[in-house]
Order: sequence, then C-alpha cells, then structure tokens
Amino acid sequence: MYSYSDFDEAFVRNRVAQFTDQISRRLDGSLTEDEFRPLRLMNGLYLQLHAYMLRVAIPYGTLSPRQMHALADIAQTYDKGYGHFTTRQNIQFNWPKLPEVPAILSALADVEMHAIQTSGNTVRNVTADHFAGAAADEIEDPRPYAELLRQWSSDHPEFQFLPRKFKIAVTGSPNDRAVTRAHDIGLRMQRNAAGEVGFEVIAGGGLGRTPMLGFVIRPFLPVEDLLAYVEAVLSVYNTLGRRDNKYKARIKITVHETGREEITRMVEARFAEIKPQFGGADQALLADIRAAFAPPKFRTAPTIGYEAARSKDPIFRAWADTNLAPHRHPDYAIVTVSIKAHGQTPGDATAAQMHRLADLAAAYGHSDLRISHEQNVILPHVHKSDLAALHAGLSEAGLATANVGLISDIIACPGMDYCALATARSIPVAQDIALRFDALKLEHDIGPLKIKISGCINACGHHHIGHIGILGLDRAGVESYQITLGGDGSQDAVIGEKTGPGFAYDQIVPAIERIVLAYLGLRLAQDETFLQTYQRLGIAPFKAALYPPEAVDDAA
Amino acid sequence: MSRFSPKVVTANDLRLGDVIYLTADDLWTRQHHLAELIEDEAHAQLRLLHAAGQQTEVVGAYLADAKAGPMGPEPIHFREVFRTRGPSNYAHGKQVDLQNV
Repeated sequence: MYSYSDFDEAFVRNRVAQFTDQISRRLDGSLTEDEFRPLRLMNGLYLQLHAYMLRVAIPYGTLSPRQMHALADIAQTYDKGYGHFTTRQNIQFNWPKLPEVPAILSALADVEMHAIQTSGNTVRNVTADHFAGAAADEIEDPRPYAELLRQWSSDHPEFQFLPRKFKIAVTGSPNDRAVTRAHDIGLRMQRNAAGEVGFEVIAGGGLGRTPMLGFVIRPFLPVEDLLAYVEAVLSVYNTLGRRDNKYKARIKITVHETGREEITRMVEARFAEIKPQFGGADQALLADIRAAFAPPKFRTAPTIGYEAARSKDPIFRAWADTNLAPHRHPDYAIVTVSIKAHGQTPGDATAAQMHRLADLAAAYGHSDLRISHEQNVILPHVHKSDLAALHAGLSEAGLATANVGLISDIIACPGMDYCALATARSIPVAQDIALRFDALKLEHDIGPLKIKISGCINACGHHHIGHIGILGLDRAGVESYQITLGGDGSQDAVIGEKTGPGFAYDQIVPAIERIVLAYLGLRLAQDETFLQTYQRLGIAPFKAALYPPEAVDDAA
Repeated sequence: MSRFSPKVVTANDLRLGDVIYLTADDLWTRQHHLAELIEDEAHAQLRLLHAAGQQTEVVGAYLADAKAGPMGPEPIHFREVFRTRGPSNYAHGKQVDLQNV
C-alpha cells in the first residue's frame, strides 16, 4: 500500500501542530467557539449530542495491520474501548475529550493517518470498491487513482471552501460495489473498443433530502486525463454552486438547475483550458503510486484443507457460503468479516476485535485490511487453505457472524444515539430487526436483502438505495419511521419508493416483518431475491401487507 | 399571544463535550432536574445571554422546553430525554456517569 512521502509526513505533522495550538487557544479563551468551529471541522472534530466526535479518514477504506492496531490503541486509551466504522469507509471515535485530541492526532500521524477533510465543504475521503485489487471481475485496481485524487484534493487551495461537501467514489469493476451513482462524482472503469482503460465519469449523484442518481457526463475518459477532468468538474461547480442556500448547494442541484448539456459543455470547455497545465507531473506521480499498489506475492499451496474443513464443519461451511467472494486468484478468497453480530451496533468494533483483525490480516491476509461502506471489514487476500484457521480466529473474537448480504447485515448511521443532526434513532432499530429475524430463524431462507437505516434526511445510512430503506423522522415530537422499497446501490442503481405513512418506534420492526413475510409468500422460487420479487410485482402487494385494511379502518 | 412554555438553559461542556444545564445559582450541573426552570420569556433570554458569555466553559448554549416534575425540571422532547442519559446501545454517558456523582 501507499506509504507517506516526506512531504506527506511533514504536511500531516504541521497540521497536527497547527490544530494543537488552535485547541490551546480555544481552551484559554483566545478563540471563541465561532472562530474555533470551522477550524475543528477542518480537522474532523464534531461536537455531537453527548460528546465530541473525531472522524478519521481511511483513504479508500484501506488499512494496514499497524494502522488497525493504532486505531485500537486510540479506542482503548482515549475513547470507551471501541470505534465506529462509517458508511464512507472512515472510523469515528464517539467520546474524545477536547484536551486529548492533539494526542490522538499525533498517534494517528505516527501511522500515517489523519482527520483532515473529513468534514467541511471540501473534497472528502475518496471511497473505492472494498474488493479493489482482489475482485475477480476487476479491470484494474482503482486505488492508485483514488490515491492520486487524495493527494491532489488534500489542501487544494481552490477547493477548501466549496459551496458544499464533495464526495468521489471509484470502482474498477463492472459490478459496482462503491455506489458510484450516488456520489458527486462517480468513476467507473471501462475498456474502450481498442482495449484501453478509462473511466465512465458520472456527476451529480447524491442522497440526502433530494436524492438523485448521477448522469454520465463523459462516457469514456482516458485515465491520463483524470485529474484535469475532475478539476474541471470541481471548478465549474465551485463557480455555479449555490452558496446562498445550503440545501441547494450540492452539485446535484447545480446540475439540475443548469441542465446536463450546459454543465457538460462548461466542464469540457474548462477541461480544454486546464489540461495543458498539468504537463505530465500527475502521470509521473501516478506511476509511483501504482508501484505502491502492486499485488501481494500470492502463495502457491494446495487448497485441499479448505474442502476438508467445509465438509467436516457445518458452521464453517455456512460462514464460507455467506462471507466469501471470488478472488482473481483461483486459490484465494475475499473474506468479508461481519461487524454486524445480531443485536450489536452495525459497524462498531471493540479494541480487542480491532487488534484481532490486525493480527489475522498479518497472519493470513497479506497484511491488507479494508473497511467497506457497508460497515464491515474485508480481508481481501486469504489463501483458501488458511480460511479454516482464520474462521477459528474470528470466532474467538465474536467476529464470525455468517450474515454478509443478509437481512441482519444492516447499514445504520449513528442516529440520535450520537448525532446532533439526527431526528430519530437508527441503531436500536437495526439491533431489533437483526434480533427479530435471528429469532425467527428465517435469515438464510430470506436470502440477499439490504436494509439501510438513516436517522435523518441527510441519509448517511443510504436508506434511499436500500432494498428496504428506513428513514427516522421527528413527527410532532415523536420518532416516526418512513419506509422505502426497491432501492438499489449497484450498477443498476434505483432510488427506493416511499410506501406511505410512517411507523412509530415500537411499530417499525413488525412493519418490516410484514414486508418480508409478504415477500416469502410472493416469490416464485427460493432463488428469486427480495429485489427481484419487488421488481416483478411493484410496490402494491407490499403496501397491502404493510397497511392491512383493518388497520386503516381502525385508524380512521 | 401564545403562552411561554418553560425552559432550561442547556449546553455542552467545552472540555468534555458532555451535556450540562444552568442552575439558578449560576453553576453548571450534569443533572437536568437540578437546572433552573425558567418560566418567564425575558428572564430566559437573560439567562441564555449569561450562558453564551461563558466561552471558556460551554459550547452551544440554547433554551430547551421543560416542565416541572417532582424532582425538578423534566425534559419534554425525546431528544432532550436522550441528552439526559446517553446512547441507547451502550451503558455510556450520563446513565452510568451520574451514578458515581
């Protein structure tokens, strides 16, 4: 993976020193909160409901064991013994104390990490396919491009005060695991007729209060033009974006108000203007970065042990069937470690679990760890002969839940248990749904189903693209949950459709159960997924199950 | 003219970030029921100004609706109820911290 250059190291250390001084001046009263707030947000420090929260960037979701150990140590020393992996592949600490933040940032800098640009109206952490460099369906590892974008966007003087935050996602595979169509810019690697690699560039996507899927602004962009083109998009957005109204400030609204053709014309004109200025320096940098992402030295060894363990141990087999994905090397597998044990908080890992994951990645995973936007941890390169030992190591740490892609593998934002912006809780709803379907013993029968929960309209829990989406709102001083159905975050992205009136906190789990039981009765065969059944039949039969006539009569 | 609904002044502690409430004798408490229940609108604005001026101690002071209860002021909105105790997924925050007070 990429290692900091002397420049990176000095930049991060300087920022730690600068922010440390700013914290001191806040504590001694030299800075007011109004003066300090934009400074702390530039450094990922929020003030939430019960405490400060520090959001640490995990560039394109990639971590080394050393970094994971450091995150565990921070959780143990400065927090309450755990960290929360987010839907943008970052980690959040929920309980830092302001005077201790400098020590945390120093500890992060020791392992080439920071919290810069994890907040504010800047280019945020560039996210990528969590199977990058390992996926069987991949054209090329997208992470060198993500790293190039990270270096370019970090402290970019033109883009520190954008109209609003700006999120970029990149994937190297036709199967989109990075939700590129719901980002301000989505980059999907393609091959053209000549076999050359480039990007389909998607712009203007985003969830939040005005969910929109991005449109293709450039069907094929040669990879060498990436920075100049992305800079052109940012530049046009920076000029046109609505700074007068924060609810209309994202690029999706700019695209909507300006028109796709006109935006495209302006971006192409700006691109033609700035492209000559890049002069090849970015390509020299990219070549260096590529070398840092060379694939690991894959091991040649028999995989017989894997087959033997499968036939001997049904628990291992169930886990392997659910949590493994095809690797480009036939003797390897991609392991998704579920951070969604039934009843636990989605995305929360204890310090002990983080240490264990780091040790297992070092022992069995070519020292590579990923955080997925679905709040799980990936070991992208595990030789099949090591899977049984890995599974045993995960089991001991409560990390062997066999539920990846199933109904309890729920994305949930922190909601009103932590977040100052939230309008309702999301974590306990996720916990209760997982426990309910575990008790019903229906999870594996139901099969692939993505539930995504947001505790407010900002949609950090991606509810719009959940097969079942849940949005928590405050309706006249009471928590109320609105359901959407049929959303999809894949290459065939769809924004889900609202079912109708919302449900009270104590009614949302029974409501989800009615939808899922209806699906089980409606599907043509066991292998017809929830989403396929929904696409075949539409929303009507699910609404009928959700709002039975007698309940409507009672309400009237 | 609509009747003024009673309030407490609440904020977060600058250093720890936790939830605090202004008492009638100008102290900050971690416990909602020890806060001053303010029943007069003009007095509420004065108390809020007083709180907002304490820049080296508190962050983000605001007035939150409250009502009188047997032990003292009680929160009304569920958000304020959560702020009195902490998150629902772990025994963290006031729900455990206050037991040691």
